[in-house]
Amino acid sequence: MDSLYKMIEYGIYGAAILLILVGLYGALTKKSLIKIVIGLSIVDAGIHLLLVSIGYLKGGTAPIFSPGYEDMADKMVDPIPQALVLTAIVIGFAVTAVALSLVIRLYRHHDTLQIDDIKNLKW
Amino acid sequence: MKNTIVILLLATIGYYLGSIFVNIGFGDPRFVNGVKDTYLALTTSELKVANTVTSIVVNFRGFDTLGEVTVLFLAATALGGILYKKRHAVGERTVLFPASSIVKSGAKLIFPAIVLLGAYVFIHGHLSPGGGFQGGTIIATGFLLMLLAYDNFSVSHNVLSYIESFAGIFFVAFGIAGLMISGSFLENFLPVGNMNDLFSGGVVPIIYILVGFKVAAELTGVIYTVLHEKD
Repeated sequence: MDSLYKMIEYGIYGAAILLILVGLYGALTKKSLIKIVIGLSIVDAGIHLLLVSIGYLKGGTAPIFSPGYEDMADKMVDPIPQALVLTAIVIGFAVTAVALSLVIRLYRHHDTLQIDDIKNLKW
Repeated sequence: MKNTIVILLLATIGYYLGSIFVNIGFGDPRFVNGVKDTYLALTTSELKVANTVTSIVVNFRGFDTLGEVTVLFLAATALGGILYKKRHAVGERTVLFPASSIVKSGAKLIFPAIVLLGAYVFIHGHLSPGGGFQGGTIIATGFLLMLLAYDNFSVSHNVLSYIESFAGIFFVAFGIAGLMISGSFLENFLPVGNMNDLFSGGVVPIIYILVGFKVAAELTGVIYTVLHEKD
């Protein structure tokens, strides 16, 4: 049982960190603006997964006092990272929407999505 | 060359993040007598809200949520501003593949159910998983489905901005009412009732319903603006 928890631990943290790295790789190396935005939202998803998994408690339940769960407060997982992630998801949505609208505007102006072809971005 | 630098950078980031989280450990009870226990105790004793995440988002960190809703509003406004076009340039939106009749009748059938589910999720946000943000997003997906199925389906921007403004104004009004009656901004000034009742938690469900309306209107506006982008 202990080794199983160890495996899940490395699996979940590893998957979250892998998502962050994959997203950063995409945002740093891809040339298409849409792919850069996708990479940034993958980074977002990885950070959310990492934050939520910090608050986990072994054998814990959801932090909701439904009927039958009123006196289980010491077995509940940490609700604060969940509230933080709820905020972060909404902010991530807002960032993605504004970034995509900027991409649309750039496409309208330059007729291309490749950052190499948008020359006047360089200084 | 560039790829090597990027991979080296990512390997460094991955190594240090990994070592931090291996040291933290997974699922250990690290926060004994911490903020978590205070929140859980106050949620049951003072607020009578079943969902602790809701009580944190709306009550303990309510000011933060007001800022978050403001960020969402700013994003929707910025989107409208960036994609601004002269009025005569806005036309019918271009549809590459018109939806088939199965999609059309299915969308019409399922749309009221989606809106009802969204309303259920944000009205019961203090009792069950869910809340204003989630319910609002569900309602916006319903409108997205209708916009994808019918290329002449239109939402009135005036109605959306009225819903948005009134929800925001009432959020702030409840905050100021708490300031006047109980002495601090967004304080819970209504009677809290019993645990697990629909009418419990005082001001919490009211604010979350307002947030639900606001999020639904804002997301629908964003989707509508981006879909009517013609090139």
